[in-house]
Amino acid sequence: MAAIVSDTATAAPVAAPTGPAAGARPLRIALIGNPNSGKTSLFNQLTGLNQKVGNFPGVTVDRKSGFAQLTPLQRAEIVDLPGTYSLYPKSLDEKVITDLLYDRAAANYPDFVVVTVDANNLRRSLLLFTQLGDLGLPAVLALNMMDVAERHGVKIDLPALERELGVPIIPMNARKGIGVAALKIVMAQRLDAPPVRFWEPDEKLLPLVRQIRYYFDLHNDYLALHYAQQYRHISFLSADDKAHIQELTHKYGFDATAQQAAETIARYARINEILLETVTVTRTETREPVSNRIDKVLTHRVGGYLIFLGILFTLFQAIFAWAQYPMDWIDQGISALSATIQANFHGPLIRLLTEGVLAGLGGVLIFIPQIALLFGFLAVLEETGYMARVTFLMDKLMRPFGLSGKSVVPLISGLACAVPAIMGARTIESWKDRMITIFVTPLMSCSARIPVYTVLVALVVPDQAAWGIFNLRGVALMGLYLLGLFSALGSAWVLKKVLKARERSYFIMEFPVYQWPRWKNVGLTIYQKVQAFVLQAGKVIVAISVLLWVLASYGPGQKQATAEAQVRQQVATQGWNEAELSRQIASARLENSYAGSFGRALEPAIRPLGYDWKIGIALLTSFAAREVFVGTISTIYSVGQDADMGTLQQKLQAEKDANGQPFFTPARAFSLLVFYVFAMQCMSTLAVTYRETKSWKWPLAQLLYMTSLAYVAAFVVYQVLA
Amino acid sequence: MALFRRSAPLVAASAATRRTAKDLRLGETGTICCLEDPEMALKLLEMGCVPGVQVRLSGRAPLGDPLMLVLGDQEYTLSVRASEAATILLKE
Repeated sequence: MAAIVSDTATAAPVAAPTGPAAGARPLRIALIGNPNSGKTSLFNQLTGLNQKVGNFPGVTVDRKSGFAQLTPLQRAEIVDLPGTYSLYPKSLDEKVITDLLYDRAAANYPDFVVVTVDANNLRRSLLLFTQLGDLGLPAVLALNMMDVAERHGVKIDLPALERELGVPIIPMNARKGIGVAALKIVMAQRLDAPPVRFWEPDEKLLPLVRQIRYYFDLHNDYLALHYAQQYRHISFLSADDKAHIQELTHKYGFDATAQQAAETIARYARINEILLETVTVTRTETREPVSNRIDKVLTHRVGGYLIFLGILFTLFQAIFAWAQYPMDWIDQGISALSATIQANFHGPLIRLLTEGVLAGLGGVLIFIPQIALLFGFLAVLEETGYMARVTFLMDKLMRPFGLSGKSVVPLISGLACAVPAIMGARTIESWKDRMITIFVTPLMSCSARIPVYTVLVALVVPDQAAWGIFNLRGVALMGLYLLGLFSALGSAWVLKKVLKARERSYFIMEFPVYQWPRWKNVGLTIYQKVQAFVLQAGKVIVAISVLLWVLASYGPGQKQATAEAQVRQQVATQGWNEAELSRQIASARLENSYAGSFGRALEPAIRPLGYDWKIGIALLTSFAAREVFVGTISTIYSVGQDADMGTLQQKLQAEKDANGQPFFTPARAFSLLVFYVFAMQCMSTLAVTYRETKSWKWPLAQLLYMTSLAYVAAFVVYQVLA
Repeated sequence: MALFRRSAPLVAASAATRRTAKDLRLGETGTICCLEDPEMALKLLEMGCVPGVQVRLSGRAPLGDPLMLVLGDQEYTLSVRASEAATILLKE
């Protein structure tokens, strides 16, 4: 898919809208919390559809922000930060948080933070909270999942906890929206920095900490300590600043790892004291929690894999069988519209509209059912907590290939689109695992290949049942996907041998508790992905379609006219009727158009693969984005054809070779299919690989490797089958 | 600080008596004594593997690795690789 995520590396600063409180800037509030603490649900509750996804400046981490109407008169900008367990970032995602919270002068520095805390995991969740408090950030604590905690016999003395933590606490259930109103009321007030300190750097650290603090004019010691810990990764520090801190840490013999561990243990000790006073747990249930019992089934040594395979199979079924109906409606709708227009109006502009714009638009709209289903499916798997189990099941299997269990999510997301999938690899902490995952993800068959697959498979594979239950076309599609998967794994294995590890890989991960998906969250994900596709990828596709139409309709100099004259001369000898004559003329004109010339120039290179110049044009245009292929062939094959000729399928079947036989033989179609499985034909993927790896080496290697793989494989397939 | 023990820390703790979270039997509970590997320890600590906390082996992935560890009485589950669990030393 061309560009699900915008390519703008640096998002423009969010323009402050003029709220009803005239003149005053709306409050800026950051949402922060552990993964699985209900942060996203709360964000959706606060902002509804009024949200947008951008980038954090300088990095490619999604910056989800939106506006919440706190009171009738007050609006606030809410920024959703990536989930984290502490302020010491372990992955790229988490670095965004420290960048935002370290610099008080920054334009996006939040007025205060809302910390989401899972009431069932108070001890661990409060670790992050106490760090934020010690940074001196005004905070509200959203104590989430109160209902579950109560069921588990967790009793929390809220007034006492509020006293101990020094911030307002709102008990809530973000998934159901309970407590959101109360939270908004508290958020509408200007909050002061919390008065409570949970931990302070001990005296041995103070000389170092104070020097950093005064040098950078920081407002507290703890922030200065964070500078000492993480100066290497703080984006707004200059090289001189970093060198200065490095000098200081050497001078005082600062041991970052030991200090961090000591701090964490001390914080837990303090948190334990607080919880001892405020929380009582009377376990009412003696049985295993439901989640653990579900895990017994879903991670069973045999059943676990069978269920996973079953889910994947359902996914494919949904994409290929269920999506077919709405896709057919869209296809037929577009051709009907186009036929109606052509029947009633004439002229070059009308032809541009129907054969250029409408044909391209059809190529975009037809994707929507599949994209919606796929992202919906992935969102449900993520929401229920099943995705984490998949990484658990797959870790050992993936490691021989140099991947980790965490690579599975990017690889599966790669079935939707490599662009967000490659960005999703950011959660993999180890550099080597991450590079391998990024490199091989585009080999997974993304949804942009679906139309190419469906069109060509339907052309040469009969619509028959195989072994009773499967449809032969379904089996062929599954085969293409498996080909992509195995090539990804094989390539990963090779890379594992080539690359040297920079640090160890680890796999410490929390299992989220199973829960029913919130359909609102799923719906929002689908809406955002489809919208991004239509607006961003769609623009490219329609533009290329129009350009193609022009290139296919006009030719250099008098070449087209000459060719037409030659065809007319043959009428008498060939005995063509009127319809056949106009087809021959159209074909001759296309062959002598600009597009035809490009295709002709490419033909010698692709002839061994079984392709002619028409496919050559399609290969050229789909170099930018592979989904353009279908739009291109539908444009190429509809130039000069009657609009009522019908769907793309029928047009392709009608295509004849020099001997009058159907052009799309199984050998040609499979060669083309295999080419599309392997070839790197997506500008957006190359761009995102560049941004994620910060080097041109990786995208260029991807391009060369995948394209040569595609060429060789297609060559072998055609030569063997032909 | 007693938290870290780099390689072969105490003479007394010979390989035979030294137990780690990796050595737990299915369903068995132990108490974390200390964390062996400084770098790994930071991550484990943040995730709640603090000395003194109880840890129970609640499951293994089908191929024997990674492990599923339930922490404390708060009943949340971590997934760790066997090699990582081997850095979590248990009290006798």
